Amino acid sequence: MSASIATNQTILVVGGGISGMTAALEAAECGKQVILAEKLPTLGGRTALLYRYFPKMCHPVCGLEINLRRLKGNRNVRVLTMAEVSAISGTRGDYTATLKIAPRYVNEKCTGCGDCGKAVTAEIPNPFNYGLDKMKAAYLPHGMAYPQRYVLDPSIVGTPDGEAAKAACKVGAIDLGMQEETIELKVGAVVWATGWKPYDAAKIQPYGYDRFANVITSVEFERMCDPHGPTGGKILRPSDGKEAKNVAFIQCAGSRDENHLRHCSRICCMASLKQTQYVREAWGDEGKSTIYYIDIRAIDRFEDFYQMVQRDSTVSFIKSKVAKIVQDEKTGDVVLHGVDTEGYKRYATPHDLAVLAVGMEPSIKGVSLPADIVLDSSGFIETAGDGMFSAGCATNALDVNRAVQNATAASLRAIQVINKTASMEKA
Amino acid sequence: MAEMKTAAYICSGCGIGERVSTAQMAKIAQKEGKMALVREHACLCDESGVQTIKDDIEKEAVTHIVLAACSRRVKTEAFNFPTVAMARANIREGVIWSQPEDAEHAETTQEMADDYVRMGCAEVKKMKVPEGNPNRASNKRILVVGGGVSGMTSALEMAEAGYDTVLVEKSGALGGWAAELVKRVPSQQPYADPADTGVAELAAKVAAHPRIALHLNSTIAQTDGAPGRFSVSIAQESGATVTEEVGALIQATGFTPYDMMKLPELGAGKSPNVVDQLGLEKLVKAANGGAVKRPSDGGEVKRVVFIQCAGQRDESQETEGRHLPYCSGHCCATSIKQAMYFKDANPDIDTMVMYTDLRVPGTGEDFYRSGQQKGVTFTKGKTSSVEAAGNACKVSFKDLILNEDVAIEADLVVLATGMVANSGMNIDIPEEEVEKMEVKPISILNLNYRQGKDMPQLKSGFTDSHFICFPYETRRTGIYAAGPVRRPMDMTQAIEDATGAAMKAIQAVENASLGRAAHPRSGDLSYPIVRLEGCTQCKRCTVECPFGAIDEDEKRFPVFNESRCRRCGTCMGACPVRVISFENYSVDTVGMQIKSVDMPDEFSEKPRILILACENDAYPALDMAGLQRKAYSAFVRAIPVRCLGSVNTIWITDALNGGWDGVMMMGCKKGDDYQCHFVKGSEMASYRMSKVDDTLKQMGLETERVATYEVAITDIERVPQLINDYAEKIKEIGMSPMKGFA
Repeated sequence: MSASIATNQTILVVGGGISGMTAALEAAECGKQVILAEKLPTLGGRTALLYRYFPKMCHPVCGLEINLRRLKGNRNVRVLTMAEVSAISGTRGDYTATLKIAPRYVNEKCTGCGDCGKAVTAEIPNPFNYGLDKMKAAYLPHGMAYPQRYVLDPSIVGTPDGEAAKAACKVGAIDLGMQEETIELKVGAVVWATGWKPYDAAKIQPYGYDRFANVITSVEFERMCDPHGPTGGKILRPSDGKEAKNVAFIQCAGSRDENHLRHCSRICCMASLKQTQYVREAWGDEGKSTIYYIDIRAIDRFEDFYQMVQRDSTVSFIKSKVAKIVQDEKTGDVVLHGVDTEGYKRYATPHDLAVLAVGMEPSIKGVSLPADIVLDSSGFIETAGDGMFSAGCATNALDVNRAVQNATAASLRAIQVINKTASMEKA
Repeated sequence: MAEMKTAAYICSGCGIGERVSTAQMAKIAQKEGKMALVREHACLCDESGVQTIKDDIEKEAVTHIVLAACSRRVKTEAFNFPTVAMARANIREGVIWSQPEDAEHAETTQEMADDYVRMGCAEVKKMKVPEGNPNRASNKRILVVGGGVSGMTSALEMAEAGYDTVLVEKSGALGGWAAELVKRVPSQQPYADPADTGVAELAAKVAAHPRIALHLNSTIAQTDGAPGRFSVSIAQESGATVTEEVGALIQATGFTPYDMMKLPELGAGKSPNVVDQLGLEKLVKAANGGAVKRPSDGGEVKRVVFIQCAGQRDESQETEGRHLPYCSGHCCATSIKQAMYFKDANPDIDTMVMYTDLRVPGTGEDFYRSGQQKGVTFTKGKTSSVEAAGNACKVSFKDLILNEDVAIEADLVVLATGMVANSGMNIDIPEEEVEKMEVKPISILNLNYRQGKDMPQLKSGFTDSHFICFPYETRRTGIYAAGPVRRPMDMTQAIEDATGAAMKAIQAVENASLGRAAHPRSGDLSYPIVRLEGCTQCKRCTVECPFGAIDEDEKRFPVFNESRCRRCGTCMGACPVRVISFENYSVDTVGMQIKSVDMPDEFSEKPRILILACENDAYPALDMAGLQRKAYSAFVRAIPVRCLGSVNTIWITDALNGGWDGVMMMGCKKGDDYQCHFVKGSEMASYRMSKVDDTLKQMGLETERVATYEVAITDIERVPQLINDYAEKIKEIGMSPMKGFA
């Protein structure tokens, strides 16, 4: 596969989360040719792993469905999954991108019937639930996965399980000999929509994420509250499976801290406010949420949501940067230590579960990139060069709404390059 | 047009052949469905299956096809036959995956599959391949209202993409409020110092750009038309009017600072030393690089207090309706910037920012840190009063950290008062109330639309779009809002927002020129067709259209502006005489499906329940229930609809008259936090269905025979439960007495 699927009129979008999908679709719906490259087996990115969105408490997959329908109905976008960009050379209007495509071991004949999944016995940690549960090593990532095509984990290739999967497939979709492929694409403009990853909570030593089972991250809590998540939507303590009714939310876990992430990750306050409502949804008046915060950054129209949560009698707010967390070995409770700065009172408060509102770290940080791309002090893309643009959380810590706006803007910037290249070629 | 030739393809792959008799389905397609060509295939989506269909289209001149295989949501790449009408009978997700795999259920599973084949055949015969809006127009110029940073950015970005742009600004100069600023909050690292605004440079670029036509001192007198063919009358200062023909509009009319005179308790109007944030910019500008003097007497400024959230985040709003309930987002960083004006000039000046939550998200945190390093002090406190005390001001506040009441003196007090959107008229306020108003609202767009002169507003007066995933989708197709008119925002965000809005406007003109729909059915070539000779001028379509697409002519007939239409079908659902249809979605395409099923008799103990499911959320939820093998009653037959708003009550009455035992309607959440992709569609459906009880009573039927549900796409467990509970209820109330009369 090479230049035949792309030309210098093509836009390459790197990353198939909501920002990348948006950038790709907005351009495609303007008639532009787009290649959308995603390194995972499915599109959807992090938003597909959220249970609900703030402030409407609606479901992210609802918007994903619309975006997927736009995609299915638009022949201008070509989707490459399990594809990572390994190099880019050239200049505005004339780039050559090298992509490595990892083997899926399942070809496009797959109908999504699930027979291979039934045939396989090996299980692997489920990355879509942040490893909180296991899944079969032949799997469909989730119900909304696109392409709706199974994936074989490399660990079963060359084992009897791999052969069993192949034998079970009636349509000949399993190809155990699939190899990593490298392709080169000619493209005119590139949009980097590489998104974010949750900050490694284990690095915040005083909070004991790596030592205490009942200290979890906000993204894990999100999966836990989802009825389709690892606990079937039940809020349970990992240590003993006990119902967790008294939940502490710890803001700025990694963010606003020069030892960790120097920026504010913007979404965490709203995410925790939202998650208090999951506790209410699960336990009603018996639930208890406590937010330990420095500032509640419920910006602009989100203020309404903050005020609604403030009126909720099950939620309390403590202005404090938590100093440390200790898990009581007997009860399994996590005890939070610190000073309530409103009135300077020391506290040592037990909770069933502590949820660290972990910050957003740009995914692109630490990846070797074309020289044109300049990262800021937090690792977000500040400028990406003449014909390359960043979109969504690759640009800054953004909520979904702002990420989509930013991606729509990036799409236009890419179109400007394509249109100028086209008019120069005509002239 | 070629003669209709039908074909049905029955797939036996994915276990379908093992669970149901595809031979029987094929026979039904032929005998009952009257399909000219019927083929069975072992795996229809594979190369040979697809080739078979392609060959039939090419060599057999097939024009209408039914695929009895998997859900219409999957295998869309394989089953891509744009030249023919296609119906997909959902045998996989909708039948074999949703029914238990045992002998006991074999018979009802087969009945389900058979019915879906009948329905597919009935539907396809009423479908046509959409040809696109014939009244398309292809003006690709774009008009921007507002010459501030947002408007200038939109205009320039579109011009740079090769689109001609018209910029209308009511004042005599470009720049808006941003032109009043001395410096801006930095947008680039190290995010440490106030930066040049860049406004003059931006204005110069806009003024010089060959693709941008400028109208200064001008307002919009009237906007007529639709995407691709807007005609905008522009009133000039001289009193003359000029007309610009454009294809789309962007409203970037910005904000007005909240009137600080409404805050006498914070000293506004009591002392000249109390100013708002723009007032401070003026003082700094007037000082022209020198030290800012105390306005009351020209004395030296030794201490400045910045009061955040002045008249904002007002929790008393609900009870007293006093100030702004929201946060304006930019003011914290703006106050830090303004404190730096003083600190950078003279570090001895004491600057204090009084806040309750300091809101500087993202890399704004670095700017906050820089403020701290420069010696700006930050006090978590709530101001209770500001009073004039000679040439100083006494600021009384509660220190929320020390939990005590404190008073300090300041030479200058700056109130961070927030943004009020310049949205124009609130079209939801009834005319008679507008009549009573002392100050009449002034329209910005002066749309010559039946539903009102401006874009609909959301809570707190911001202009449209409550979506999270799709922030640009207003309820006026081809008209986009950009900048602080739709959400309070800072300059960095306004620039991004304006660029995004520019993208959407370009897309709108491109789609309009091809006769295609805009979001969320982008690319849809179907459009509403009205048979005016049957119209009774009841106006329901013009009132109910969520997008204001339908006007009325002088004889009160509806005038469809197809390129404003989003193809939700709400008008079709509203029409009592059923004269509105789409080529591939009509009263008949659904009605004939309802009539086509095999109706067991009263004594069969096999009720039939019709599900009309929104294709955006409820139908995918049903599919995913199948994917996860969640079983539900075999007595249901589901039909996807574009939006619950498109459901015409005739479908309900036809179903009940035809012996169906119950109807379940599944749509999206309505209200303030609506999840309907057509904003008002599900609300309209719910309103219409509130009246269906009377019809049921007239028919002598129990009101439970029609039920409406709000269903989310994630209701994968709940939907089967709802179905099973409803099937139980139908069992309780018994079979419909209407069977056998149709």
